[in-house]
Amino acid sequence: MSSSSTSAQPREATADTVESPLLEVRDLHVEFRTRDGVAKAVNGVNYSVRAGETLAILGESGSGKSVTAQAVMGILDSPPGFVTGGQIVFKGRDLLTLGKEDRRKVRGSQMAMIFQDALSSLNPVHSVGSQLGEMYRVHKGSSRQDAKAKAIELMDRVRIPAAKARVGDYPHQFSGGMRQRIMIAMALALEPDLIIADEPTTALDVTVQAQVMDLLAELQGEYHMGLILITHDLGVVADVADKIAVMYAGRIVETAPVHELYAKPAHPYTRGLLDSIPRLDQKGQELYAIKGLPPNLLRIPPGCAFNPRCPRAQEICRTTVPPLFEVTDEAGTPRPGRASACHFWKETLDD
Amino acid sequence: MPDQEKYNRSDPMAGAGDEDEEMQSAVESRTLDLGTMEGETLIKAERLGDHPETPAAGEERVAPRSLWQDAWRDLRRNPIFIISGLLIVFLVIVAIWPGLFTSTNPLNCDLTKSQQGPTSGHPFGYDTQGCDVYARTIYGARASITVGVCATAGSALVGTLLGGLAGFFGGWSDSVISRVADIFFGIPILLGGLVFLSVITIRSIWIVVAFIVVLGWPQLARIGRGAVITAKQQDYVTAARALGAGSGRLMLRHILPNAVAPIIVVATIALGTYIALEATLSYLGVGLKPPTVSWGIDISAASDSFSIAPHMLLFPAAALSITVLAFIMLGDAVRDALDPKLR
Repeated sequence: MSSSSTSAQPREATADTVESPLLEVRDLHVEFRTRDGVAKAVNGVNYSVRAGETLAILGESGSGKSVTAQAVMGILDSPPGFVTGGQIVFKGRDLLTLGKEDRRKVRGSQMAMIFQDALSSLNPVHSVGSQLGEMYRVHKGSSRQDAKAKAIELMDRVRIPAAKARVGDYPHQFSGGMRQRIMIAMALALEPDLIIADEPTTALDVTVQAQVMDLLAELQGEYHMGLILITHDLGVVADVADKIAVMYAGRIVETAPVHELYAKPAHPYTRGLLDSIPRLDQKGQELYAIKGLPPNLLRIPPGCAFNPRCPRAQEICRTTVPPLFEVTDEAGTPRPGRASACHFWKETLDD
Repeated sequence: MPDQEKYNRSDPMAGAGDEDEEMQSAVESRTLDLGTMEGETLIKAERLGDHPETPAAGEERVAPRSLWQDAWRDLRRNPIFIISGLLIVFLVIVAIWPGLFTSTNPLNCDLTKSQQGPTSGHPFGYDTQGCDVYARTIYGARASITVGVCATAGSALVGTLLGGLAGFFGGWSDSVISRVADIFFGIPILLGGLVFLSVITIRSIWIVVAFIVVLGWPQLARIGRGAVITAKQQDYVTAARALGAGSGRLMLRHILPNAVAPIIVVATIALGTYIALEATLSYLGVGLKPPTVSWGIDISAASDSFSIAPHMLLFPAAALSITVLAFIMLGDAVRDALDPKLR
């Protein structure tokens, strides 16, 4: 029931836009200085998003996907979190070199974020309408009445039934799916160029997940925004994303266009993730799980961070950190957008 | 509610086909955690579904309620709040217009009537100086209420401001403010009163108020700091920051309204104790001084001759007890309404 609206998506639009990406993260390093030592949460992440494009960032809890997003938004709690290196280039400007006030002005109006838990992300003492209207009052200086009218319009846009009657309701009076719609409406309010959605559907049940994802994809196409979708749910990604970046222990271990990644993963970790999706045709068999636990970020293993859990690990994996290799096909012609940080990507691809 | 109309029809499923979107939202509100609104609507809808012949009465939508409206509803139903509220309204009227209750001047005394018991027209009798005890009890309310209200307002303002700043900014400003608060917190309030107030020779109500504020703000600053730190860590504050809110907006609009409830509760309870404190200081001779009329002064003066003329002490003491009790009861009721977990 989820794929009806995604076909009319901005894929054709990406072709004719200017080639310079909307957001480019270059070699980003983030660390948390804790009492027990320095936790390296993000270790040299590179990715880029164009206008109208959807990038999904996939990874387990603690792989650094949310921290990267917080660093991009500039809402990292500091201390203990510090950006120690890299660049975040947004519309040609490096955000990390901007002053506090300039960065604040970018947030909300040019890039916005959708959070996982909509109930706790909405202020319980203000009505939904006044929180939506606040976006216009603060950033655009609208009057109270204009802001309220705009808020109703927004609630209609995200298909909240009886928007006019419910504009004065408080967040606890809405169901989970409706709250997430309100979060989406709030992020969309000023029509930002980039939206970061941090596990937007994790707290919702499956039917509502699909509705919310469809809505998000549709609005993204309409406003021609860049969308970064952070998730650990491979099922959510398949319909919506254009390309996928898989993160592990603070690094990107594989990037690929969405369908190629599902068809032919080039990293053992991605392969493990795909194999651990429950499938109806394998009913009765034991479900595959990647052995072991994600590494402690205070003590990332030497060599490839995945080597203690990897079925393919060799001696070289324990000593040398694999760079992000370009993935090519049999004849050696590079596959666009594909890369894998595995010494044995070729063997994994052929499996 | 659009869901409502659908259920009001005789067959609840009849419209399911053509109202796909609404059907989904109904399903959704059934399966997800129910917001209050949805819950109430569903219960109503189910009742109507059981009795399809029931005419679809124009059910009014329950008006949305904020935290404060909810608290106000709770308060109105609380008998303790009603009793204490009426008492306080009465006391405030007495404090503002004492002339309504007595025409006798409390400072117009007649030594020939010293320590006489109650007589007609003078129901509480006379004190040692021959002043009318009833008039003095009535006029004494003004000093007590003024000190209580002003000292509470002052320490709540100072405490919320400093505690809020400490909690919001953290780091060194938190350390400095918290240590200063600890220093003031460490001063025993009676000892401090005896030392400070006996040094200062001017005896106006405002000196006593200022003294209570100086020693009382740390209690509220601690509560305020804790509440602000709790509110600051909530996701909606991060969300507001992610949507471009600056520090001032975060503090005033998103954190303060969520942190103010415990401050109000503690301040209301403190009000009663501040009134008692003023009486104590006056009793010890370091608070208010005649010609100001205060229950503390009267109790102090009457305590020497309690065995001869107990009425001199009993009436102002009873007035004081009732006033303190009324404010502490109000504080309790407010706490129950604003913070049900503390009950």
